[in-house]
Amino acid sequence: MEIFEHNLLFLFKNMPMLLSGALTAILLTFTSIIIGLVVGIMVTFFRIYGSKFTKKLMFAYEWLLKGTPPLILIFIFYFGLGNYLNLGEFFAAALALGLRSSAYQAQIYRGAVLSISTEQTEAGLSLGLSRFRTFYLVILPQAIRLSLPGFTNEFTIVLKDTPLAYGVGLVEILKAGRDILAQQLSAAIVSGKVTASLNPFIVYLTCALIYFVLFEIFYYSLNALSKKFQIPGFIFDK
Amino acid sequence: MRFIEKIIPYIPLLTKGLGITLELTILSAFFGFIGAIFLVIGMLYGNRFFKILSTGFVTLIRGTPMMVQLFLIYFGLPGIDIRLSPLTASIIAFIINSSAYQAEYLKGGFLAISKEQLEASYSIGLNKWKTIQYIIFPQALRFAIPALSNEIVYLIQYTSVAYTIGLPELFYISKNFASKTYMNIEIYVFIGIVYLILIYIVTRATEIIQKKFYIPGFDLSHLK
Repeated sequence: MEIFEHNLLFLFKNMPMLLSGALTAILLTFTSIIIGLVVGIMVTFFRIYGSKFTKKLMFAYEWLLKGTPPLILIFIFYFGLGNYLNLGEFFAAALALGLRSSAYQAQIYRGAVLSISTEQTEAGLSLGLSRFRTFYLVILPQAIRLSLPGFTNEFTIVLKDTPLAYGVGLVEILKAGRDILAQQLSAAIVSGKVTASLNPFIVYLTCALIYFVLFEIFYYSLNALSKKFQIPGFIFDK
Repeated sequence: MRFIEKIIPYIPLLTKGLGITLELTILSAFFGFIGAIFLVIGMLYGNRFFKILSTGFVTLIRGTPMMVQLFLIYFGLPGIDIRLSPLTASIIAFIINSSAYQAEYLKGGFLAISKEQLEASYSIGLNKWKTIQYIIFPQALRFAIPALSNEIVYLIQYTSVAYTIGLPELFYISKNFASKTYMNIEIYVFIGIVYLILIYIVTRATEIIQKKFYIPGFDLSHLK
């Protein structure tokens, strides 16, 4: 019981460290998702309206990024590009996760765009809008709403991928947990008390709990958002 | 050129790493599938207790990152006096993780089968378990093949995470190579291609399997 209290007290003292890790994880998720959104929309546009060659190129882009393990992408951006361009661990991870997400997001948006009738494109073109403006003004606002459920899913996947940045030393939740354990171990060695009493199980369980809470918060709020923006009468089944 | 020179002595180690990656993937996919069958039956047909238990399990596992589960099992369990080797820990972690995801995919397949079929099956005298076995399962499985193929792809990619607990799989070996030779970009691109080839084989194979088990005239695609 005493050990249990000691653990809780220790965790309580180190909560700021875990929470700042959580903040980093949230920031990383948002940055990656935004990179994925911008690049993903461009890929969608070229995949649908591009020439034969660009279509193939975009297909290859999607296939490559979906097929490579995210961990390898992070390492390529951090260590591989490190010789030429130092991105720092945060942006290396954000770029790797973001570009991977762009491939998945492009797939989600393509499904949504293709489910909007071609008559709408024709109508847009006949009004004198350019191809790009038709896409941007007519198709995209609808497609974004239709793709919100898929987007929610993708958002939580990126959130769950953030601990991969541990590999390049970014202090997110998991790394913060590990640092807390390491700190207490070195403190125990310095003070001469060999009995390291902080239980790693409790520390990692707390980390898991923080991820779970974040996951549930984003999952439910994004789901509520997609319900709110649902187009009335427009049933979209994937 | 220098890269090829350096990688040749590493080939036996890389092959061994590839073996561990494949072993981990196949074991987790297979036992994860068996776990998923129990979970999905619990979620859909179990009594209150099993329903809550299996749904809660799937929600918790799908709501936390794979890597945290792996850390909890390998670094956390010694805190309550359970010590596992990196290989055992990662096999357990991946089976647990995969079973939850596969259960969710199978559930989609189970739910896609119309109520009328169940009624028909009950009316010809099959009980609940026989109905699941003969009517629902064969169809649900066909319906879930694309999702299960994605799960194997996911497993191949995420087994690389096991390097964090010191399992010498493919990624661990390449990281080792990178830190010895400083040829980061070369090795990671090379190993990325190896993963791409593996994933290409899996997707092609599932396409073939899907075609093989296709029932002529019986198309589930309208349910999608």
